[in-house]
Amino acid sequence: MSRLKTLVRNQNGVPPLRGGHSLCQGCGVPMVVRTVLSTIRQPVVVVNATGCLEVATTRYPTTAWNVPWLHVAFENAAAVASGVESAQRALRRRHALPADEDVAVVVFAGDGGTYDIGLQALSGALERGHRFLFVCYDNEAYMNTGVQRSGATPFAASTTTSPAGRQSWGKAQQRKDMTAIAVAHHVPYVAQAAATHWHDLSVKVERAVAAPGPAFLNVLTDCPVGWGHEPRLFAQVIDGAVDSLFWPLYEVVEGRYALTYLPPAVLPVAEWLALQGRFAHLLRPENATVVAGIQAQVEEDWLALLEQCGGRILAGSGQGRCPPEC
Amino acid sequence: MTDVRLLTGGEAVAHAMRQIDPDVVPVYPITPQTPIIQTFAKFVADGAAQTEIVNVESEHSAMSAAIGAALAGARTMTATSSQGLALMAEIVYIAASMRAPIVMALGNRALSGPINIHCDHSDSMLIRDSGVIQLFAESAQEAYDLTVIAPRLAEHPDVLLPVLVCQDGFTITHSAEPVTLLPDAAVRHFVGDYSIPNDVLDVARPTTQGPFAMPDYYYEFRRQQAAAIEASATAFGELASEFAQLSGRSYGEIEEYRLEGASTAIVALGSTAGTVKDVVDELREEGESVGLLKLTSFRPFPAAAIAAALSGVDFVVVLDRADSPGATPPLHAEVAAALYGSSCELSGAVYGLGGRDLHPTHIRALFAGAAPSYVGLRGDPCRV
Amino acid sequence: MAELRDWQYLPVAGAVRPEDAARPLTGGWRTGERPAVDLPKCVNCLLCWFYCPDSAIVLDGETFTGFDLDYCKGCAICAEVCPVGAIAMVPE
Repeated sequence: MSRLKTLVRNQNGVPPLRGGHSLCQGCGVPMVVRTVLSTIRQPVVVVNATGCLEVATTRYPTTAWNVPWLHVAFENAAAVASGVESAQRALRRRHALPADEDVAVVVFAGDGGTYDIGLQALSGALERGHRFLFVCYDNEAYMNTGVQRSGATPFAASTTTSPAGRQSWGKAQQRKDMTAIAVAHHVPYVAQAAATHWHDLSVKVERAVAAPGPAFLNVLTDCPVGWGHEPRLFAQVIDGAVDSLFWPLYEVVEGRYALTYLPPAVLPVAEWLALQGRFAHLLRPENATVVAGIQAQVEEDWLALLEQCGGRILAGSGQGRCPPEC
Repeated sequence: MTDVRLLTGGEAVAHAMRQIDPDVVPVYPITPQTPIIQTFAKFVADGAAQTEIVNVESEHSAMSAAIGAALAGARTMTATSSQGLALMAEIVYIAASMRAPIVMALGNRALSGPINIHCDHSDSMLIRDSGVIQLFAESAQEAYDLTVIAPRLAEHPDVLLPVLVCQDGFTITHSAEPVTLLPDAAVRHFVGDYSIPNDVLDVARPTTQGPFAMPDYYYEFRRQQAAAIEASATAFGELASEFAQLSGRSYGEIEEYRLEGASTAIVALGSTAGTVKDVVDELREEGESVGLLKLTSFRPFPAAAIAAALSGVDFVVVLDRADSPGATPPLHAEVAAALYGSSCELSGAVYGLGGRDLHPTHIRALFAGAAPSYVGLRGDPCRV
Repeated sequence: MAELRDWQYLPVAGAVRPEDAARPLTGGWRTGERPAVDLPKCVNCLLCWFYCPDSAIVLDGETFTGFDLDYCKGCAICAEVCPVGAIAMVPE
């Protein structure tokens, strides 16, 4: 059965996140939430960091959530989740409850609440070994507050706090490799995924919740406002990030890297940059060297990743998507 | 047969925690609260409590994890001091607004800078507007007793707020005195089972908790929260009565010490009240009509009780172990508001910042009418 | 939105149950276009269902039946991703 039909069936008529929220036209976050929560078969509790997803879905007295949901603050979602997970473990132990009735603890946080202000709490939770899934929906800037740069913003992207201008190419720093930071905590499961590769992400979610400890998923998704394109081009833009090797899809199981997607045809980075307003300044002829530098960095990072994967390319964990008839 | 042990305030609170046996304790170390968590950790390691201790990576995460645990159906406790409280201050406000019934031991310690590990009340004052309940212990016995009462107070259906049990750092946390412990079973029975209205792990009845509120609703939520801390005064009174039946020791929002017929009274929080009681006894022997008003409850602030207790007093001196630079020190300002319209003369003094001792000679001078702004400070023209 | 409630009638700490919660009709966000489907062309791949940010694709079991215009914001992603061109944006 197609993975999408499986997701529909798993919902059982009740979408975990329903319409009526105030996320933007064409926002790339709900697809990620849909894939993650509709993959997990056991009951879930969502811990949501402050950010677009949280603010837009829970303005009192509305809510778009049909699952238990908790928000406390911006930087502490992983710590709050640690508390929820510890409570469940403590109560199960004290009252001799069956472990298979456990509720899955799932964190959703943006790149800001993961890479930057959320990093400490995430690091602590990973180190302590809590059994939870942390999903970063990475749209590469502080979008909710107006597209300010974060540690996830790519080099040379124009944001409101790293604007391109007569004396600036945009963000001057490379973005952090947050996936590698998670791997460095020696947790059982870490993966990098993308919103448009739902099959790949769904399989990763299954593996993540089965892991005997913390799991971290770094999922690239889009913000049409922040990235500067027509909302309808969402799929093309995210696919472009993946197919240009800017955002490879891979997983790390107990520290062993494996690639989960090999693009059939590699897109030149320049063609991906050209889709987005945040890189429009790079299309000027005088910035060709900057683009070449980005291409070179992407290729260098890709080769390093291949080396870490040691030839492990998972077949059957899926191409990103199935053909329409499946 | 009573169980009397020689315990520091920190150890006494650890015993209370052992007997309460909370489900989850997320905690981060900071002097002078460390004896509490270390003693308690040993109890847990030896199986004397079944608590899940979570050694988090900062105090901010300690309070965050505490909210998660408390709202997920677990009785939750933690402990901190000074900088730790300052770091978690953001989340303390949220714990109150999310109505998480967390009990926290506070070893009162000065806020930096300079960095100082000794006692003053600046940490409590930092979060006085957070909406959490703050009870102050004069001694290790009081720290133990108030900690036993605290879970029922926090979890009371009309309250549902964090409760801080404050004890002076080093002076109480690290000084040993005879402490009478209740039997384990008596404490278990007194605290009872944990229950909250909206358990976030109740998947059959999902809730959205921690909403975003625009100007059309935020104000009403804050009023709802204020009503809860106002209601806690009654709850504390009821629980203190029940506790008195159990232990023979009585607590109220204030303690009046020899105020009958007193013409001069000192108002104080924490261990200094003990020193003042000694001086009051000496002065009374000498024929002076002096007394002490000790506050056990700082939040909610017992304004009516204070006004009533001091109604016959001519001169009131408020001792503040915290300063508010450029303004009236906090306790002085709040007592002044409570006494507004009364005929007594009110003065106040800051003392004891960063662990500076307050000596009986200072207290005698204050009762005698000295009115320095800063007691015991080198270089101050009004030094005592 | 419903009438604003007094503070005494709010749930403790604002805890909301989905069955009690208001759901703003975000269909009002559309600016003149809405999706329309040529149903005979539809192959039930469910890509539109997957990609809709507003859960505005209505299914009967696993079969596409239409759009929930109460919540559709008109982003046109469904029209863009439909592999057989069955969806187009048309004037309201």
